[in-house]
Amino acid sequence: MTARDELPVKDSKTRTQSGYIGKSEPRANAKRLLQGRGSFIDDLRFPRLAHVAFLRSPHAHAKIKSMDFSKARAAPGVIGVFDGRAVAEYCSPWIGVLGHLKGIKSPPQYPLAIERACWQGEAVAAVVAETRAQAEDAVELVAAEWDPLPAVIDMHESLSGKVVIHPEFEDNICFSRQIDNGEVDAAFKNADVVVEESYSFGRHTGVCLEGRAILADYNAGEHMLTVHHATQAPHMMQDIFSKHLNLPEANVRVICRDIGGAYGIKVHVYPDEMCTAALSIMLRRPVKFVADRLESFLSDIHAREHKVTVRLAATKDGEILAFDLDDLTAIGPYSVYPRTSGIEGNQVVNLTGGPYKHKHYRASLNVVFTNKNVTCQYRAVGHPIAVALTEGIVDLAAQKLGMDPAEFRRRNMIPDDAYPYTGAAGMKYEVLTHHQCLDKLLSLMDYKGLRAEQAELRKKGVYRGIGLAAMIEVTNPSPAFYGVGGARISAQDGATLRLEPTGMLTVLSSVTEQGQGTEGIFAQIAATVVGVTMDKVKVITGDTSTTPYGGGTWASRGAGIGGEAVLQAGKALRSNILDIAAAILNVDKADLDIFSNEVIDLASGESKLPLAELGRVAYFRPDTLPMKFQSELMVTRHYTPREYGFTFTNGIQASLVEVDVETGFVKLLKHWCVEDCGTVINPLLVDEQIRGGVVQGIGAALFEECHYSEDGQLQNATMADYLVPMSGEMPDIVCGHVESKTRTSELGAKGVGEAGTAGAPGAVMNAINDALSSLGARVTTMPFTPERVLDALGKK
Amino acid sequence: MDHSLPLTLTVNGTRVTSRVEPRTHLIDFLRDTAGLTGSHIGCEHGVCGACTVRVDGLIVRGCLTLAVQCEGKTVDTIEGLSDSGELAELQQAFHERNALQCGYCTPGMLVAALDLVKSEPDASRERIREHLSGNYCRCTGYQAIVDAIETVLAMRRTTAKAAGARP
Repeated sequence: MTARDELPVKDSKTRTQSGYIGKSEPRANAKRLLQGRGSFIDDLRFPRLAHVAFLRSPHAHAKIKSMDFSKARAAPGVIGVFDGRAVAEYCSPWIGVLGHLKGIKSPPQYPLAIERACWQGEAVAAVVAETRAQAEDAVELVAAEWDPLPAVIDMHESLSGKVVIHPEFEDNICFSRQIDNGEVDAAFKNADVVVEESYSFGRHTGVCLEGRAILADYNAGEHMLTVHHATQAPHMMQDIFSKHLNLPEANVRVICRDIGGAYGIKVHVYPDEMCTAALSIMLRRPVKFVADRLESFLSDIHAREHKVTVRLAATKDGEILAFDLDDLTAIGPYSVYPRTSGIEGNQVVNLTGGPYKHKHYRASLNVVFTNKNVTCQYRAVGHPIAVALTEGIVDLAAQKLGMDPAEFRRRNMIPDDAYPYTGAAGMKYEVLTHHQCLDKLLSLMDYKGLRAEQAELRKKGVYRGIGLAAMIEVTNPSPAFYGVGGARISAQDGATLRLEPTGMLTVLSSVTEQGQGTEGIFAQIAATVVGVTMDKVKVITGDTSTTPYGGGTWASRGAGIGGEAVLQAGKALRSNILDIAAAILNVDKADLDIFSNEVIDLASGESKLPLAELGRVAYFRPDTLPMKFQSELMVTRHYTPREYGFTFTNGIQASLVEVDVETGFVKLLKHWCVEDCGTVINPLLVDEQIRGGVVQGIGAALFEECHYSEDGQLQNATMADYLVPMSGEMPDIVCGHVESKTRTSELGAKGVGEAGTAGAPGAVMNAINDALSSLGARVTTMPFTPERVLDALGKK
Repeated sequence: MDHSLPLTLTVNGTRVTSRVEPRTHLIDFLRDTAGLTGSHIGCEHGVCGACTVRVDGLIVRGCLTLAVQCEGKTVDTIEGLSDSGELAELQQAFHERNALQCGYCTPGMLVAALDLVKSEPDASRERIREHLSGNYCRCTGYQAIVDAIETVLAMRRTTAKAAGARP
């Protein structure tokens, strides 16, 4: 490769960047983590650090009759014990509603419940002590008297409204929505084939290996609150601490260094975390809270508890005419602030049927309150449900038509040349590649070969199944996601690039790093665009007092939005560097370029000026530059996606399983995913995002469920009882890519963080049902435990 | 009421003497008393493997071991195993293969992997998966971790073969 091939592009019409973009560069910031020298919240050491532990409601729904703190206050090491009223003096309540989710309602929520607890695990008192152990010891000494209230646990019972949870409301419906684009009944009436099925999705949770963690440090002298926080959205949290603790925005600094897994769990406002921040102000000292495993299960947001009935109408030639669905989902007693708990259901009705070109669509959604832990946005929000129910009913229709499921999908997918295209649910797609992805998947997995092998093995009594799941995915959300509804959550991100005197490049970004590789890919983009080598780049994220303002990391937005800001800042800095070089060298700027840490002659490639020399002159000898010339070696640019509500991506997954029809066990043999995330900035990182996501989706399909008793007690709140995927049961996952770049940005990147989780449950479900098809059995209730498989086989 | 007991042990080659409450777990002693925060706490009941450390050459769960049980013993953590170079091959392979994302499970995962690399030089892919099945990783989906360990095992076999072939 010549130097010219490596040059960053100069023609603004050329869309493909060269250099480090597209290369599998290992992440520089992984090295400290490999030595155990990361900086997670619980690793921080502060003088006068106090620890808080919480008394949590043992009941699903109960009035707090009384709490006696006298013994707890006298316990060794205890600094203070507080109830909800005491903390509410310092922290105002919040309400998790958004203007664009019409009619959504939720009651005010406090850091600690006042008068009434609404789920088992809701914090009602805080004990602060010199050590966590002392705080926990003292929690046990709080004498609380409870008056249990009727608990609403089942979602249908909640919908019926016989018992209303919140006295200020007339029913238990948090949010409902209907979509009907017309003539759905006529489509079903005229259809040759109608299939209908109900699917049930288990309530599960994120199980971050690091519990939620916050260390709030109030300095009374400066009236300044510094919050070391395991959060995906530091600026959002700055705004929220400022608003609810009544501090000027500039007096709140949120810092997040290393985060031990987030996946959407750490992007919400949690009452115990708000309480910790308030306690720091109340006690004028640093206070830390790290959720232990039991607390994580009881109070990290849960997700996905849906029951959906879906119908599909098709012609005998295999053309899908319409989808019709009814989704009921239960979210716990509060809609979570500030993103609301209406979004997951909303996504389900927006995304169902997404890959297909049917014309008629009707959906009904009810989101109801229950007395269980709250649910909210967790990785792939709504997608796993929309994909599984769409792909499940599509398979059932193909089966009824006697058509191969891959061929049935091919006939109905939106053609690759039809874009821009508006789907029946009203979503606008800029550019998708369903057919290319399907073709690539079928050849990657040797679909025909696997079908032949499956038929052979079936004769020997081996039940193998092949399941497909096509999908669309919401990425790079515009302000239409939250901002238009009144949420103070930035859809925009910023990047600051600074050339240092030695020719190093510092990048500051508002996007955060939780291991996805944000800092790595931003270094790749910055190095490419400016023209330096990767070893010269240092990326800084996760500090509201130093980085530009922005949204953070969620909804597969970091690369597409934050990356474009880095690219634009890089272009501007590059131009500024060349201005200085032209002044120093006394040549025309247009004749210069930057390559490998040096300003070069564009035509010959000859080195003219190392950036370290340029930096020396610009910072220390500006007296040698022309009189009116001022160099600018620090540049900030922002980027907001505006043209589309979301930059949709697409992909398709396949699962190969073997079902033991005697024991009900499902063995995962292999998994494939072909995905189109636009520009692939780093293939190594993209594939690992997909694989990790697939395994989270497999967890939902086969293992994970929060089991509640009839009286609302979470019964499996340990990692020994709540099963997660471990290495022994997981298959190897083959990844493939199609690259259709989004034209909404110069980088052309769409998001990829949630694709794996979105499609895997549907693919696994279809594979199991394919394996069981000759036995006339189907499973539709996730997770597909051996017991449920046997139940479907009539063997229980 | 002071129930604390005297404790002397060797941590990463250095003798450490302290008094500890009998209820203190080894992982809390390492993190809070010895200041070695590289080993992490994940579940506190022996399921997730984030606190895996080595005691007298064997891997244990720091959350299921009491500090007082380690009187006179030798404890190795991620910090010591990094500085001694014992983990260097695995760390490099993990880095190149991106066998970590958030990095919270990584110290425990590496200590568990080292145990396998040392005790079963011929371990198959299935054995690697089995050996790691007590270490939870929510980010990677495990494949990259398995690949990285497989690479190190293959590399070590090649080196051993070359050394054996020499006269």
